[in-house]
Amino acid sequence: MAWTRDQLAARAAKELRDGFYVNLGIGIPTLVANHIPEGVKVTLQSENGMLGMGPYPFEDEIDPDLINAGKQTISELPHSSYFSSSDSFAMIRGGHINLSILGAMEVSQNGDLANWMVPGKMVKGMGGAMDLVAGVRRCVVVMDHCSKDGRSKVLKKCELPLTGVRVVDLIITDLGVFEVDKVGNAPLRLIELADGISVEEIAAKTQADFVVDLK
Amino acid sequence: MWNLTLDKVFASAQAALDGLIFDGARIMVGGFGFAGLPEDLIDALAKTNAQRLTIIICDAGGNGAVLEKLFENRQVSKLVTSYIGSDDIISARFLCGEFEVEFVPQGTLAEAIRCGGAGIPAFYTKTGVHTVVASGKEHKLFAGIEYIMEPAIKADIALIHAETADNEGNLTYKKTSRNFNPIMATAATHTIVEVEKLVATGEIDPDNVHTPGIYVDRIIQSIIPKHIEHLKVRNF
Amino acid sequence: MSKIYPNAAAALAGLPQDGMTIMSGGFGLCGIPENLIVALRDSGAKNLTVISNNAGVDGFGLGLLLESKQTKKMISSYVGENKEFERQFLSGELELEFNPQGTLAERIRAGGAGIPGFYTKTGVGTLVADGKEHKDFDGVTYVLETALQADISLVKAWKADEEGNLIYRKTARNFNPMMATAGKITIVEVEEIVACGELDADNIHTPGIYVDRIVCGSFEKRIENRTIRAKEMA
Repeated sequence: MAWTRDQLAARAAKELRDGFYVNLGIGIPTLVANHIPEGVKVTLQSENGMLGMGPYPFEDEIDPDLINAGKQTISELPHSSYFSSSDSFAMIRGGHINLSILGAMEVSQNGDLANWMVPGKMVKGMGGAMDLVAGVRRCVVVMDHCSKDGRSKVLKKCELPLTGVRVVDLIITDLGVFEVDKVGNAPLRLIELADGISVEEIAAKTQADFVVDLK
Repeated sequence: MWNLTLDKVFASAQAALDGLIFDGARIMVGGFGFAGLPEDLIDALAKTNAQRLTIIICDAGGNGAVLEKLFENRQVSKLVTSYIGSDDIISARFLCGEFEVEFVPQGTLAEAIRCGGAGIPAFYTKTGVHTVVASGKEHKLFAGIEYIMEPAIKADIALIHAETADNEGNLTYKKTSRNFNPIMATAATHTIVEVEKLVATGEIDPDNVHTPGIYVDRIIQSIIPKHIEHLKVRNF
Repeated sequence: MSKIYPNAAAALAGLPQDGMTIMSGGFGLCGIPENLIVALRDSGAKNLTVISNNAGVDGFGLGLLLESKQTKKMISSYVGENKEFERQFLSGELELEFNPQGTLAERIRAGGAGIPGFYTKTGVGTLVADGKEHKDFDGVTYVLETALQADISLVKAWKADEEGNLIYRKTARNFNPMMATAGKITIVEVEEIVACGELDADNIHTPGIYVDRIVCGSFEKRIENRTIRAKEMA
């Protein structure tokens, strides 16, 4: 059985380490906040100018001045701080964020990422995505293995306009997990399978080169 | 002895824009989504009917935002932004070719505007290297890593939103409504701010002034209520 | 894991190595990390490159590191108040790189902000611009300056919470916030440590993400030039 959205988020949460400063992308990555392991302290950064993002607010806490990067209302925590967008991206670009978990349209076997534009169809802009992947220390992608029309999203080379080159460290899909060689020419390493998923099924749905190295 | 005669406070948004807006102007607009969006000033800008404007803004606000009026009036010829997906009307008009869009990564946009206010004409960043953002730009190696040169961004006018202003124009912002407002305040020839509270000079702790009044030219009292794009709550 | 250490010596223990680059906050003697500087001196690490706006005075602040001959090179904007500094520089014992103050501040900010280089008009046509790349923007010439980073940043703040969120007091802020972002390890000494949540989130000057170690201490706060005005007669 392929992993559900929640299971994907739970698997991604295993990449968190105690003391990490983490940026969670819009969509499935935001669910990672619900799966932070016991005893692991993680501070969430929101690129619109906040460190220490809290959960969704109670009804009486709603504040239009307190939103996350997805424009949803959120709450603050005792250790929260606010700052401008230039300070926020100085923090990101300057390599101070340990981990970014974000979605993707395509990932290539050498770690290229495309997640901001489909020419002629979706041209909304890159937002903070390019800065994030260029600046954070570790980048984990969480996505469906195939697109809605059945095509593989794990490719030899991305076809869509790139968000960043050789930026992805780990790919978590609903079918399994791949480690990426960002530096050399090694193929992807398949290190985990979702429950009930076979290597054959992954091979059929993956265009990129990979070797099996199940942990 | 310390008599400052310049009064920065104006009676209305219209009055604050008077004499400053012109056809072809470059206008920075603060805000991230609805948070910190200067809705009173945008509304007044829409009423000036100035044409061929270049609007520099983090994103296109959200559905129903007063920003849509500028596009409905066809006042905008170019939009410099990191994201327009948040507004269906503006996205649709862009896809119809009604105006040009220059997409800039959000962090590069923030830094470029900051540099515009800080006398720095250009800076290097790793963001966008090997993507479409890098085409035509100068590349340089620093310690063996490739970066691209990005130019500063300045404007004729900055329209911003703050929580509090004193008579000096010293400003404070609230939570995530800060975002692009303080940076834009520094990078335009004229900065106009709408605030929720106007206080006497001296009431804001000097250590906690977020934007010193030197950057602020005109101040108005904001009256349009704040909006929320995606209301989310928890129950336990 | 707590970021709080019992004293300056404990906070620095095992960190300083010969040849390291150290950033030290402060403007003149205002906002200098007095106790951390003493602990750095006591560590014995030498051949240090020290980045600081000024060089302290004889017998206090960074002047201590000069006396103990631990500083090999200084990157500063102004070092006129220190006789020992002048002596070492003129005799060739000490290397000195002058940076205009604004350029120094911006280079440090860039070091913490992932910006390896930026252009400024400051210093064009002077000694400062020698050997550096020049470029014209809109018909005006600018010079390329590069980022600065440190192995250890020593910072002085007013208060910290347990997260490392910092606030500074008045003109004791100066170079401290930028240096906090540009050190591989940032050690801060403060006058008071408060509980998380006590500092107003909208008025945190340095978020805790930049702070690795915190020490509470007491400070001489020496004044370089004590100037006053008389009260008016009632």
